[in-house]
Amino acid sequence: MKPRTVDKIATSVIVFFALFIVAILVGLLGYILFRGLSHVSWDFLTSAPQKIRAGGGVGPQLFNSIFLLVLTLIITVPLGLGAGIFMAEYARPGKLTGFIRLIVEVLSSFPSIVVGLFGLLLIVNYFNLGFSLISGALALTVFNLPLMVRITEQAFRSVPNQQKEAGFALGLSKWKIVTSVLLPVALPTIITGTILSAGRVFGEAAALMFTAGMSSPRLDFTNWNPLSPSSPLNPFRPAETLAVHIWKINSEGLAPDAAQIAAGASAVLVLTVLIFNLAARYFGRLIYRKLTASKSMD
Amino acid sequence: MKPKKARIEKHHIEDFIGRTYMSFCVALLIIIIVSMVYFVASKGISTFIGGDVTVSDFLFGTKWSPEGDTPSFGAFPFIAGSFLVTLLAALIASPLSLCAALFMTEIVPGWGKKLLQPVIELLAGIPSVVYGFIGLSVIVPFLRNTLPGQGIGVAAGALVLAVMILPTITSVAADALASLPQNLKESSFALGATRWQTISRVIIPTTFPAIMTGIVLGMARAFGEALAVQMVIGNAPFIPRSLFESASTLTSVITLGMGNTTMGSAHNNALWSMALVLMLMTFVFVFLVRLLERRNKI
Repeated sequence: MKPRTVDKIATSVIVFFALFIVAILVGLLGYILFRGLSHVSWDFLTSAPQKIRAGGGVGPQLFNSIFLLVLTLIITVPLGLGAGIFMAEYARPGKLTGFIRLIVEVLSSFPSIVVGLFGLLLIVNYFNLGFSLISGALALTVFNLPLMVRITEQAFRSVPNQQKEAGFALGLSKWKIVTSVLLPVALPTIITGTILSAGRVFGEAAALMFTAGMSSPRLDFTNWNPLSPSSPLNPFRPAETLAVHIWKINSEGLAPDAAQIAAGASAVLVLTVLIFNLAARYFGRLIYRKLTASKSMD
Repeated sequence: MKPKKARIEKHHIEDFIGRTYMSFCVALLIIIIVSMVYFVASKGISTFIGGDVTVSDFLFGTKWSPEGDTPSFGAFPFIAGSFLVTLLAALIASPLSLCAALFMTEIVPGWGKKLLQPVIELLAGIPSVVYGFIGLSVIVPFLRNTLPGQGIGVAAGALVLAVMILPTITSVAADALASLPQNLKESSFALGATRWQTISRVIIPTTFPAIMTGIVLGMARAFGEALAVQMVIGNAPFIPRSLFESASTLTSVITLGMGNTTMGSAHNNALWSMALVLMLMTFVFVFLVRLLERRNKI
C-alpha cells in the first residue's frame, strides 16, 4: 500500500475513535439526564426515602452529601495548603523531600475502598467515633488531602519568580511573601482545583460505606441543635450519602421504583458534578480578575 | 536613639507560627501513611498467624468457602478476577485513549483539544457509582441480549472499567505528546514522511514510556475500583471460564463481605488480607510508574 493511503486510513481511524469517545460521553450524559431528570422533582429532592413503598425521595441523603463535603473541605483545605506551601516554597531538594513526595503519590493512588477500610479500623473502631459524619469526613480527608497538596504545590510553583524576588527586595519575611504576595496569585488555581476535587468527594462512595455508614436516622429538619441525635447538624450521627444510596438501592433496594430512584439520584449527582466543573472555571476567572490587574487568565 | 538589641519582632513570630504549622501538616501526612500501612498490614497478616491458613493457601487456593464446616480461604479466584478485568480494561481503553490523545495533539491541535479536553474532564468527574448504575442498566442488558450468558460478568466489568480509565490514560498521553520537542516532528516531515509514518515511527516510540505511565496509572485505578465493578460483575466466587460468566474481584468481595462479618472472625480477617493485597499492589503500581518516569527522563 502507498504510504499516503496508509496515512489516510490511520487518520480516519484516529478521528473515528476520538469522536467515539465524545459519543460515549454524550451518550452517558444524555442517558442519565434523560432517564433521571423526569424523576427529579422538588418532592424527590426533599422527602425521605421509603423502604418498601414507591415514591421515596433522597432529601436526607442529599443533605448528608453536602454537609459531609463542607466538613471535609473545612478539614482538608487548611491542611493541604500547609503541606502544599511547604513542598513548593520551603522544601529543599533532598531525601526527606523525595520521601514526602513519594508519600503524596502513594496516598493518592490508594484505592478508595482501602481508605474506607482504614477509616473503619482507626476512626470508627479505634477512636470509637462510630459510623458518623465526622468519621466519613476524616476518611475523605485522607482521600482528598494528597490531591489538595498537589494542587497547592502546583499553584505556588506557577507564580513567576520575579514576584517573590520583589518581595525579598522589599525586605519582607518569607512567610509574609507567601501569604501576601504568592497566595493571592496562586489562589485562583487553588480554588479551581479545590472545586474540581469537591466534585470527586461529592461522588465518592467506597470510602464512605464503612465510615459514614449506610443508614440515615430519622432527621428533624426543624431541630438545629448540633448535639441532638435527630438534628441534621449533629456530626456524630450516621449519614448515608447520595452516592452510597445509589449503590445500596441498586444492590438491595426493595422499593418498586428503585431503578427510577437510582436514575434520579444519578442525575442529581452528575448535574452537581457538572455544576462544580462550570463553577470551577467561572470562579477561577472571577477571582483572578479581582485579585490582579489583568483582564484575563494566562 | 533606640537601643540596638535583638528584639523578637512581629514578623519573627509570624514566620515561626507559619513554619510550625507547615511542619505539622507534613508530619500529619507521614503519620497517616505510616498508620495506614501499619493498621491494614497488622490486620491483614492476622489470617496467617496462629491459624491453619498459609500464605500460599490464601494466594493460590481456588476454593473460597469461609462459612463452611471446613472453612477454606483460597482467594485466587478474586485475585485472578481483579487482574483479568484490569488487563482487559487496559486493552480496551489504551488504543482508544491513544487515538484521543493523538487527535488532540497531532491531527487537529486547535479545536481537537478544545473539544476533547472538557470531554475527558467530565468523564473523569462522573462518580463511580453512576458508572456502575449505567453498566447495570445499559451494558448488562445489551450483553444479555446480544451474547451468550446473563450479561453480568467479566466482560461487563471490563467495559465499565475501560470507560472509567479512559480519561486517566488520555490526559497523561496527551501531556506527553504535547511536550515532545517540535523539531523531532519537523525533521521527520522534512524527510518526506507522512503524518502516520511520523506518528508511528517517531512520536510513539519517543513517548512510549510516558504512554505506558498513563496505562499503568489507569490500571492502578481499575484494580482498586470497587463499587462500579461489584455492581456488574456478578460476584460468583469462581474463576470464570468465559468472559461472559459471573466472577469476583478483590474489591467486590471486600465490599460485599465487610458489612456482613464480625470483626476478628476468620472470614473477616481473610477480607483484611485481601485489603493488604490491594495495598501491596498499589505499591507495585507506584513503583512501576516511578520506573517508567526514570526511563522517560533519559
